[in-house]
Parts: sequence; C-alpha cells; structure tokens
Amino acid sequence: MSAVAEKFSDFQKLGVEILSMSVDSVFVHKMWVDHELSKMVKKKKVPFPMLSDAGGKVGTIYGIYDEDAGVETRGRFIIDPDGIVQGFEVLTPPVGRNINESFRQVQAFQLVRASKGTEATPSGWKPGKKTLKPGPNLVGNVWKEWKTEMAFD
Amino acid sequence: MGEEIKVGCARPTGGPVGESVELETETDMKAPGKEESKTMIKVGRKAPDFVAPAYHQGKFVSVKLSDYLGKWVLLCFYPGDFTFV
Repeated sequence: MSAVAEKFSDFQKLGVEILSMSVDSVFVHKMWVDHELSKMVKKKKVPFPMLSDAGGKVGTIYGIYDEDAGVETRGRFIIDPDGIVQGFEVLTPPVGRNINESFRQVQAFQLVRASKGTEATPSGWKPGKKTLKPGPNLVGNVWKEWKTEMAFD
Repeated sequence: MGEEIKVGCARPTGGPVGESVELETETDMKAPGKEESKTMIKVGRKAPDFVAPAYHQGKFVSVKLSDYLGKWVLLCFYPGDFTFV
C-alpha cells in the first residue's frame, strides 16, 4: 500500500480516487500508518481513506474474501465514473501488484471512454502509442496497422 | 465525501448498501448437494455499493462508494496491515 500512497498524486492528476480496504479495524489502520507506512512514503502519510471490512462482508460481494483465512485477497478494481467495473486483478497474498500497470490501465480506459468507444488500445499500449479504430475496414487488416513488436516497446 | 464518525470501544465495520447483491452462483449439475461456489463480479457491470468506516488523515470517517459516482475509483483490497508485501 506504500507504493499506492507514493503514486497517489499521479492518480489524482488523472482524477482518480483511491480507496484501500482490509479486514483490519480503523484503529489498526491508524497504528500501521503511524508506525510503518509513514516511514515508507516520501510524504510520510497515506493520502487516501483506508477502509475497514471486519467480517469481510464487502470483500464477499466483490468475490475476493477468503473465508478460510479470514482475509481479503489482493483484489484491485477499476471503477469508472458511472460506477461500472471496467477491470480487476486478483492475486494471492504472497505476490504484490504493480501499481504502474493499474495506472496504465486507467489511462487506457480513460482514452477509450473519451473516444466514446471509437478507439481501442492494443496490447502493451501506453500514452502516445498507436490506438486502433475498430470498424469494418479493420477486419482482417490489423496486421497492416499494428505489429506484434509494438506490444513490447 | 467521508463524514466523520464517532468511535466507541466496539470495532466499527462496513457492509453492502442499496440493492441486495445477487452473487452469481454456479451449481454443478453432476453433484447434487455440492456447495455452491461464488463467482466474481463481472466487468462491465455495476460495482456493488457499500459503506465502511475508514481512517483518513488522522480522522475516522464513513465512506460510501456511491458518493464517488462521477469519478474514477481504484479500489484496492489487501490481506492485512503489518503484513510483508
């Protein structure tokens, strides 16, 4: 979560709000910020609300609550301004996520939304890279417009 | 966004609000009596609304997801405070 806190101002520039959630109480959240996270983040604070889901009710409706362990798994959801889930990823506890990838995905969803669905972002798209305009003329012709290597540069 | 809440000795917690969320269930036709397994919510569908207490910049507040309509939201679940990753 310290990585998310560090990236927070970049998300704010895109108009993205961040909410974190675990089964810990708000009291434990405070202690974690005071005693550990504040030492890990340059600005020495966690800028987003840290929500408490003791009992896992919210995690359950999102399908990421592990009842056996009594904790939420690492689920990250991108929700658009209409309240629609545009994407999510879920990992088991031992592997951390890549906040830069979530950031890239938000940028891609924002571009698609701004284009009212006329543009799509191919694999590995980053801001400034080519988008594709789906339509009858593109069918069977993606190979002319987009090369597989472009996914990796 | 985020009204301050009074906290007592009980541990405040959150839960779903609004329409009840119908979790899609899969039943294995071949195994009657088998426990139903819950499936994930789906992309392209509404994010279930909820309200939950939160710690935010030195205060305890109440956060409701639907208050964020009109903005992009990144909702991050994680296993626990003071864990290692």
